[in-house]
Formats: sequence, C-alpha cells, structure tokens
Amino acid sequence: MEFDFFNPRIPFGQWIESFIDWSTETFSLLLSLLSTVLGGLYDFFFWALSSPVYLIMIVVLAALAWLASGWKLAVFTLVGFYLIRALDQWTNSMSTLALVIVAVLIAVAISIPLGILAAKSDIVSTILKPVLDFMQSMPALAYLVPIIVIFGIGQVPGAIATIIFALPPGVRLTELAIRQVDPEVVEAGQAFGASDGHILSRIQLPLAMPTIMAGINQVIMLALSMVVLAGMAGAQGLGGAVISSISSLNIALGVEAGLAVVIIAVYLDRVTAALGNRSALERARSA
Amino acid sequence: MTAVRASHVYKVFGRNGKEVVQGLKAGKTRDELKRLGTAAVIDASFEVEKGESFVVMGLSGSGKSTLIRMINGLWAPTAGTVEVAGQDISRMSSGQLRKLRSDNIAMVFQHFALLPHRTVRENAAYALEIKQVSKTHRLERADHWLQVVGLGGWGDKYPGQLSGGMQQRVGLARALAAETDILLMDEAFSALDPLIRREMQDQLVELQSTLNKTIIFITHDLNEAMYLGDRIAVMRDGRIVQIGTAEDILTDPTDEYVASFVQDVDRTRVLTASSIMQRPTAVITDTAGPRMAIRMMEDVKTSGLLVTTRDRRLVGQISDRAAVNASREGAKDLRSVITTENVLTVRPETPMSELFAQSSSSPVPLAVVDEQDRLIGVVPRIALLNSMASVSPSTGELPITRLSDSDTGQQAEADEVVASRPTAGDPAGASAVGGASAVDYASDSAPEGVSGEGPNDIDDAGRPGAASPIGGTAPFVFTPPESAGASAFGGESPEAEPPTGPDAPAPTDEKGV
Repeated sequence: MEFDFFNPRIPFGQWIESFIDWSTETFSLLLSLLSTVLGGLYDFFFWALSSPVYLIMIVVLAALAWLASGWKLAVFTLVGFYLIRALDQWTNSMSTLALVIVAVLIAVAISIPLGILAAKSDIVSTILKPVLDFMQSMPALAYLVPIIVIFGIGQVPGAIATIIFALPPGVRLTELAIRQVDPEVVEAGQAFGASDGHILSRIQLPLAMPTIMAGINQVIMLALSMVVLAGMAGAQGLGGAVISSISSLNIALGVEAGLAVVIIAVYLDRVTAALGNRSALERARSA
Repeated sequence: MTAVRASHVYKVFGRNGKEVVQGLKAGKTRDELKRLGTAAVIDASFEVEKGESFVVMGLSGSGKSTLIRMINGLWAPTAGTVEVAGQDISRMSSGQLRKLRSDNIAMVFQHFALLPHRTVRENAAYALEIKQVSKTHRLERADHWLQVVGLGGWGDKYPGQLSGGMQQRVGLARALAAETDILLMDEAFSALDPLIRREMQDQLVELQSTLNKTIIFITHDLNEAMYLGDRIAVMRDGRIVQIGTAEDILTDPTDEYVASFVQDVDRTRVLTASSIMQRPTAVITDTAGPRMAIRMMEDVKTSGLLVTTRDRRLVGQISDRAAVNASREGAKDLRSVITTENVLTVRPETPMSELFAQSSSSPVPLAVVDEQDRLIGVVPRIALLNSMASVSPSTGELPITRLSDSDTGQQAEADEVVASRPTAGDPAGASAVGGASAVDYASDSAPEGVSGEGPNDIDDAGRPGAASPIGGTAPFVFTPPESAGASAFGGESPEAEPPTGPDAPAPTDEKGV
C-alpha cells in the first residue's frame, strides 16, 4: 500500500488486529492456561461466597467489618447486605464480589512488585509511565473487544479488563510510597550493614504501607467501577443485571442492581481504608 | 594505631568523575570543571587514631557529609583510598562492606533516622538485629544502652512520642549498641535546641571517657568542634584546609578563612588549663629548710611558695611569714609549716570556663597537677584573664606590684615567677576583685589572638603608678616574664571596684551555645 503524504492513513488498528490474531495463535497454550486459572479462581470465590446461607454470609462480612474498623461499619454491613438480599441481588452481588476479589488479588500481585521496581530503578519508572497512562486513559470499551476476541465471552474477559483498568494506581502509589520514605532512614539501614532485602522488607515497605494501602483501596474502587463493563463482556453478576436492564428497559432491575453496587463499594472502601490505618506505622503514630 | 586512613580521596558527582579528578590534579579549580561534574571532596588526606575524637568541620556544601560517607562506603571515592582497620574498603565486595559496617562502624544521623514504626527499644536493637543477635539478647542489650544514655524506662515508647533530644539519645544508643570501634556522627547534634545540644555534647564527652571509641564527628559549629575534637579538620569547598588541635586552629589558623571562622569561638570552652598554664618557679621541695625557702622567696620575689615532694608531688604552700617563723624556731625542714589552705588544684584538661570560679575564690595561683598529683604548672589569675583578650589599660583595676626581674631562681627553669598571696587586705575583698574582673574581661573578650605570654600586655600598657611594696594594698604580686626594669606599678585600691561575690560565675559558659 502506497503512503500518500498529503492524505495520510496509517492502518494502526489493522496492525494491532493482526498482532492479536498472531498472538492468539502463538500463545494459545499460555492464554488458555491464564483463562483456566482466572476462571478457576473466580469459581472458587463465587462458591465460597454464595454457597453458605445468606444470613451466615452477612454475619461473616459484618464480623470482618468489625475487626477492621468497628461496630458502626458492622451495623452498616448488616443492614446493607440484608438490603441487597431484599432487593433480590444476592447471587449477582456475590458473583460481582468474587470477580472483584480475583481482579484485585491479581492486580495487587502485579502492581506492588512493579511499583517497587519502578521506585528502585529510574529506567523501569520511565518505561512504565507511558504504559500506565495508556492503560488508564484508553477507553475500556476499546480494549474490551480484543479481549473478548482472545478469551471469548464470560467471567475471564471481564476479570482481565478489570485488572488492566484497576492496575495503574496500584503501581503509581507503590512507587510514590517507596520513593517518599525518608532517605536518611534508608541510609541508616545501609550504614548499619543491612542488605537491600532487609531494608525493603523492614524499613521501606512498613514506612510506605499507608500509601500503598491507599493505592490498594483505589485498585478496589476502580475494579468495582468496572463491573458494568465486565457485564458487557458476558460476566454474570450486577454488571450483567445492569446490562440486561438496559437492553430490556427494565428500570426496576437497573436501579436495584445499581444500589447493590453502591453498598458493596462503600463496604469495600471502608474496610480497606480501616486496614490501612492498622499498619505498624499508623499504630505507632497514634500511640 | 590508625583506625581510619584516607589518602588523596576525591569524590566527584557526575559522569566524568575521573576527568574532573585529572583536571583538579592539573591545578584547575572546582568552578572551571563544574560542567564535567561536581567535586564534593578534593584531595582529602587524614588519619584518625584509635580512640581519637576527630571532628570534620565546615559550612554546608564543604563536602564534610560526603567525606564521612566514604568512610563507611556509602559513597565510593572517585579517586584515592580509604582504609578502615587497615583494610582498603574500595576493594571490598558489597557483602564485605556490609559486614564491615555492621562490625566496625556505627553511625548517628542529623535527623535521628529512627524507624518510626518501631519502639524505642526495637530501634536501639536495630544494629544487633542486622547482626542476627537473638531477639531476647538484643533487646536486653538495647535496654542496657538506653539506660546508659539516660533513657531507661522509655523502651516501650515510639520515637514520635519523644522530644528531639531524646530521639537523638535513641540514635546514640542504637549506635553504641552496635559495639563498634568507630562511631560516625553526622551533624548529630545540629538539629537540637542549643541547651539540649550542650547537654548531648557533655554526655558524649562523658561517654567517650569510658568507652574510648574512635569518633569521627561532622559539624558546622566551631564551638562544638573545639569542644569535642581532639583534632579538627576544617573543610572549605571540598578541601581540607587545616588539620590540628583546637588550640592549633585557634592560635595558628592557616589562612584568612580559618581565621575568620574561629573569630567568634568561645575560647573558654576550647582552651584548657594546660594551654594557659605557666611554668611554676616559686616552688620548693618539702625537704628544704626554711632558710632556703626565704632565700628563694627573695630570689624570685614572691611572698609564698608552692611546696612539692622530691618527685614534684604537690603538698601545699608556705607563706613568707611561716618560713620566717620556722626559721626562727630552728625547724629543719618545711613540713611543719606547710598549709594546704588556699591551694586549689586543677587538671591540665580542665576547660578554662571552669577555672574562673575556682580562680576567683583562691588568692594563690591554681596549681595544675597530673594524675599522680605532680605539679606541672600554675594558672595565675592574670593569665586567665589575659587569655581571654589583651588587657587594656583603661580597665586596670588590679593593683599590681611588679617587683623585679627574676632570672636567678634556684630552679634552672626559672624564667617567670608567678605567685601570690593575700596580705594586709582581706582575702575575700581581693577575691571579689578577681571575680569581678574575670566577669568583665570574659564578657568583653575581644577576638584577638590568645597571647601565651601572660602579663606582658599589662606591662606594655604601662600604667604608671606609685610603687607599692608587698603588703600594701596589693593583693597580687607577680613578676612578668621579660620584665626589664624595676618599674613597679600599683593601682587604686580594690575597694574601688564594686564587690562581686567570689563565686561570681564566669558568664562565658553560655556564650558559645
């Protein structure tokens, strides 16, 4: 194809398409393994959350809220999740919760080590920056299509889209948190002969923990905001309910599912924020 | 034994470090080479002996912090070698370097650098944790060292709950608990309030007297440098411009820069009794007879003598009157008339600031004695005043009688005689004058060179006055060293001076803080 300078057209999309076709074939084994792992994880969490009687589950969630924060959050949890059940969104909610847990676990498992690497190496940081910008600002719908092409319809493409969208703040805040640790304290570790691993695990991570927890909190909230999109990719759950309410103009279902999302969001936000306040550093500060 | 040796050490930040070093060696200045890299330390060479307190002093940006970080290998020198305990650390692997740091070198930081998420006890145990000492044992050691620095019972607190001074004590305990030979202190007291800083300095000096560590102390505060350092290296723009004792730097600065630096220093904390003491000449052994004593008093023109044993151990003093009485009674030696009254002794290392009070309450010169009580010098009051500044004639309230030359003392070393004793006037009054003058001079202390030749300035000032013999209104009698003629001068009576108590404190203590 000739390139016309005055009427330029670069077939970037086609290149990506062929690249995706190529990688789907080349890495098919790897991709199917990934698909199996993600699917298996989702199935496990969904089973764990949805098989007990809903009342028991509500009490367990409320107990977690009590441990992390206090009785006020526990009361909110009891009322909120009972409301979810009353709105007939229990199974959908547990499905969504399972998807969020899987996506967040994997996003955190990737983003914290990447953040540490970026904090240690300016080269890694420079390379990661545009990649993270890309992941955060690219419309999710745009990369949902290739993901569906690769992984098909279901929970797995939903989880992968969620991971891509929710990952960047985890990396960014981890990098920031570690770079913000007082260099004199790090130097003190070095001056007393501590190894790099010791300095990371005993000095940098504990001191960075409040900011890292804020990053994890952001990851969770972003993951939850992706549930509707995950529904588009064919994932079950609240997202799926919202999507079907759109297609069938079912106002009641849409509102009920939406309200359930809000309750879960508030619950996860408050619990993780409270966990952030329980790091060693915060305990020392409030002592 | 040398603990740390740095030879021709350069540290350049920037990519072209070696080039910059070449340029500097070829005689280019730091500014000319700025574009290639920043030379933080240029051609630094020094040795620190085991057990020595070595202070590196300079303003910010002079390279002192970089220098200290090359000693424990946090920075690698661009050129030159650093040896710690005889090993060249630039050749060490990072593992060996870590071991060296945990076994040989502990560090105290300017902003304490404590771990905020750990208790004080765990912080103090940090160095031992790296050495993989068992938990119970290391916490026990931490408690011990917290006790030593005066923080017993604070172990369960968090650093954030402590004041700055206390936090730095934790920093010190952490460094001491490492039980290393070498202690690096990077502006360790600079972030503290003046009073706390002073307290910490005193504590460090006290600890050092029992621990005997090799301390390398960085500071920008010359008073601190002079107080803490056995030797001081003054740094400017990356170079060490002078290395010497506090006194060397104070009395013999190498250049204008150092001179302007030491201008404001509080001399009373720096100079010690040994630096202003004079050779005792009015001294006699206790086996000598009273006649001998009288003759000697005539020779050296004093009215009293310090008495020592044959091996120069100070036993007391005798007055002329006592000697005459003893001679009349036919005593064979002086032992029966020796009195220890008014004889105050100090150590050579006693700082001047502590001499004022003692001197003002004693009519006799302070006797400087060593550990074995042997007399090694005397500090007459006038020498004390004179070390603070030149004495100007307009302030001369000391009634001084100069008697005569004294080159004929029985002791061969006699070249100056300093002795005094209260005579007719009441001793308290005389002391009062001394006390008051000490205060006056101290607060007026002009930043001029310290003259070692005590009374000369007074001599030069040449205040004419009626010659007054011993026993007149003059509470002091002394003979200046190179006195030529017998021009005696006395002065107004001591009563002219408002009496200040003999215990009037020397106010200069607070000056340098």
